[in-house]
Amino acid sequence: MSFESKENIENKSGVRTEEMVLNMGPQHPSTHGVLRLEITLEGELITKITPHIGYLHRCFEKHAEAMTYPQVIPYTDRMDYLASMYNEIGYVIGVEKLLKIEVPERVEYIRVIMGELQRIASHLVALGTYGVDIGAFTPFLYCFRDREKILHLFEITCGARLLYNYIWIGGLSHDLHPDFVRLTREFIKDFKPNIKELNNLLSYNKIFIDRTANVGILPVDTAINYGVTGPNLRASGINWDLRKDDPYSVYHKFDYEIPVGEGKAGTVGDSWDRYYVRVCEMEESLKIIEQALDTLPDGDIASAIPKRIKPPAGMIYSRVENPRGELGYFIISDGTINPFRVKVRAPSFVSLQIMDELCRGHLVADVITILGSIDIVLGEIDRE
Amino acid sequence: MKEYFSNIFNALSTVWTGMKITFKHLFIPSVTIQYPEVRLQLPERERNRLYVNMDDCIGCDQCARACPVNCITIETVKSIPGDDLGKTSNGKKKALWVTRFDIDFAKCCYCQLCVFPCPTECIYMTDVYEFSEFDRDKLIYEFSTLTKEEKREKLERLDRHYNEREADKLGRM
Amino acid sequence: MIYDVINNLTGSPVLSAVIVAMLPLFLFILPFALVAVYLERKVSAHMQDRLGPMRVGYHGVLQTIADIIKLIQKEDIIAKDNDKLLFNIAPVLVFVGSYAAFAAIPFTSIFIGAQIDLGIFLIIAVTGLVVAGILMAGWASNNKYSLLGAMRAVAQIISYEIPTILVVLSLVMMTGSMNLYTLSEMQTGYFWNWNLFGGNYDILQKLLLIPFMLIGFIIIYISTLAEVNRTPFDIPEAESELVSGFHTEYSGMKFAMFFLAEYANMFAVSAIVAALFLGGYQSPFGYLGNLIGAEWLVPIEQFLWFTIKGVGLVLVQMWLRWTLPRLRVDQLMTVSWKYLIPISFVNLIIIGLITIL
Repeated sequence: MSFESKENIENKSGVRTEEMVLNMGPQHPSTHGVLRLEITLEGELITKITPHIGYLHRCFEKHAEAMTYPQVIPYTDRMDYLASMYNEIGYVIGVEKLLKIEVPERVEYIRVIMGELQRIASHLVALGTYGVDIGAFTPFLYCFRDREKILHLFEITCGARLLYNYIWIGGLSHDLHPDFVRLTREFIKDFKPNIKELNNLLSYNKIFIDRTANVGILPVDTAINYGVTGPNLRASGINWDLRKDDPYSVYHKFDYEIPVGEGKAGTVGDSWDRYYVRVCEMEESLKIIEQALDTLPDGDIASAIPKRIKPPAGMIYSRVENPRGELGYFIISDGTINPFRVKVRAPSFVSLQIMDELCRGHLVADVITILGSIDIVLGEIDRE
Repeated sequence: MKEYFSNIFNALSTVWTGMKITFKHLFIPSVTIQYPEVRLQLPERERNRLYVNMDDCIGCDQCARACPVNCITIETVKSIPGDDLGKTSNGKKKALWVTRFDIDFAKCCYCQLCVFPCPTECIYMTDVYEFSEFDRDKLIYEFSTLTKEEKREKLERLDRHYNEREADKLGRM
Repeated sequence: MIYDVINNLTGSPVLSAVIVAMLPLFLFILPFALVAVYLERKVSAHMQDRLGPMRVGYHGVLQTIADIIKLIQKEDIIAKDNDKLLFNIAPVLVFVGSYAAFAAIPFTSIFIGAQIDLGIFLIIAVTGLVVAGILMAGWASNNKYSLLGAMRAVAQIISYEIPTILVVLSLVMMTGSMNLYTLSEMQTGYFWNWNLFGGNYDILQKLLLIPFMLIGFIIIYISTLAEVNRTPFDIPEAESELVSGFHTEYSGMKFAMFFLAEYANMFAVSAIVAALFLGGYQSPFGYLGNLIGAEWLVPIEQFLWFTIKGVGLVLVQMWLRWTLPRLRVDQLMTVSWKYLIPISFVNLIIIGLITIL
């Protein structure tokens, strides 16, 4: 870690202050990816943070212009690699709207099930790594043990654990495995007591609450002004979830609640709230999966897949509720087999901007707490 | 004052709850396995290294076109009439000599997009995942079954065939 | 007894005193530090539903030896601007401060490293050398953040020594002796006579004392946990915090010395707590040797009981490490100054009152 000292900066009142610039470099065990934070300190308090990104840029949007529509799907997987199903769903919904095709109901239900399982897996990573940042090493392993079961479910369905290429334009690549429903029900039964265990071990622990409550409070109007969505916005008290407020797919058929931050351990919108909203969301996802499994219709999943995907010229913006926020795809098609432009609105990119506002006036040790609670993934930020 | 004591009590009780959980986990058998002595059984739809069955390949180039990262390179030579290349397993007659079928596994992203367009299902994904090499060039797998001399011979025969046809045409005119 | 044997061998009382004082160190603690590293890895692994070291030796028993061999053959890096003398002395001081305390710890009734009337006082004083060592390590590293980390570690150790001393003081007041050997002897009988349960007094005094002894036990356990820099108080060693610790610039054998010193320190403070509160080397159920008439068996049993108690407390320390998250620096100080010190003062006064009346 390097530091430079800008000595003798005269501020307006003529008093000499010494500001120090601390660099939390691209390689650091606690930034979730390759992120460089330039922290300006005055004593122990932070005055400014500038994030530097771009270390993981892999030119997704340029690649998408050279690929055909089905070939873009493996690329979309790799943006937010912890929640790949949602990346695919977002893109596929957009293209299906451009093509004006309707998918069978069974396909919609399976997409919802996969999406919610993926949400649980992504939140497990976020919570586990947040625990490690705070210093509790054990919940990380418990979270990953549960995540292994979800990844096994994905593996028997489509063959891959992390980057699926499962949701195709007009349908899915494989139908559900015959064992899938049984294994998922077993998983749900095993997972409910594990959430309670995680709460007892980490969420309600006094030391954890002392570390995270009242740290990094995000006021509501700041959140809306920056465009923050997802659990970060819900923790500040606003009930906004795309699954209820702008429903896509078959979400309107299920009965679930949206957890909203209430400031149980401190003020509304602090880090503990952001953490706890994610824990509650996992429970709600379990409800959705159960209902979807109970009402899963039969059907043919490949009946609506078009032979040649050549949407008419047009533009569309489709959005889904990622575990990190609102993931948006703006697709411009010019009538050929390659899209003209695919622009992605990544939720972590927007959430990273609030780091500066949240960290002002806090101690250096709180930077990691706040960064972990925002839950960013660098693949999404650098737009691959 | 009351908050002081409630803080202490809260701290001690939550710490004790946490300790009970980790103590319980001491006696749960471990969930990890001792790889490489014990290996997990992979499911049947598992996507790992590709395999091409060259007896069935008709050289149609669909898989190379479907690949998003262009890791498959196919070169074919037309066969002259009267050549017998054999049949594929579902009875079709092959018409192209496949002289080059390279898959570069350093580029392959294991997305499975090449498996679906194949009309004879000769390219498919196996469950082999331990194929690391020290040298990146060794990851280019060459599936073509013709030797170098055979390839050259096929090209020459095709050239000769075309030349004869041109000569015929000129002769007739 | 052992002292006489060695005295006959060497003929010089000073030399034999020195050798006798060093015996527990080399025969017990050094091997124990090696075992403790392995134990920690296995305990943490099983708490996390995994297996830990399994390959080196049967179930990984030789893992620590492999690690020590690796550390010995590493290059010893000293940066150009480091203060060479302080840099080299710092690990030695930390090592000595942790290990020298073992001279006064009562392992059995017939053998004690150094029979000193000021036993507990000596231990607390000698472990203060660790503070000087840590400061030297931080300063000599020529790294602004190592210095900050070292200063935080020193502040932590010093502020947590106060509750320790206060609790020890209350116990000394109650029993009237600072000699650890006498303290252990006073807790003969069954476990009902241990200091945790009121000590060797009449029933009324015992019942009055029990809650305060319990409070004292918890306070001293927490403050000794902070003195050895274990989670939840491990700010000086945390890698994922922003500021590097005081031993980041060390490599190879010096680093190994810091680590072995930490595990020995853990056992030292557990041994102190065991000797003070849990009856030292006394067995809770009476001696098997006395039962079957083999008198020579008794010291061995005492040694076993002492080890069991010490290792048990060390295991509880490890258990706490893998359960709890880390406290922030200002919260650390709050816990010590606003919670532990006032409560231990009140404890002291009340125990004094009960003892007098």
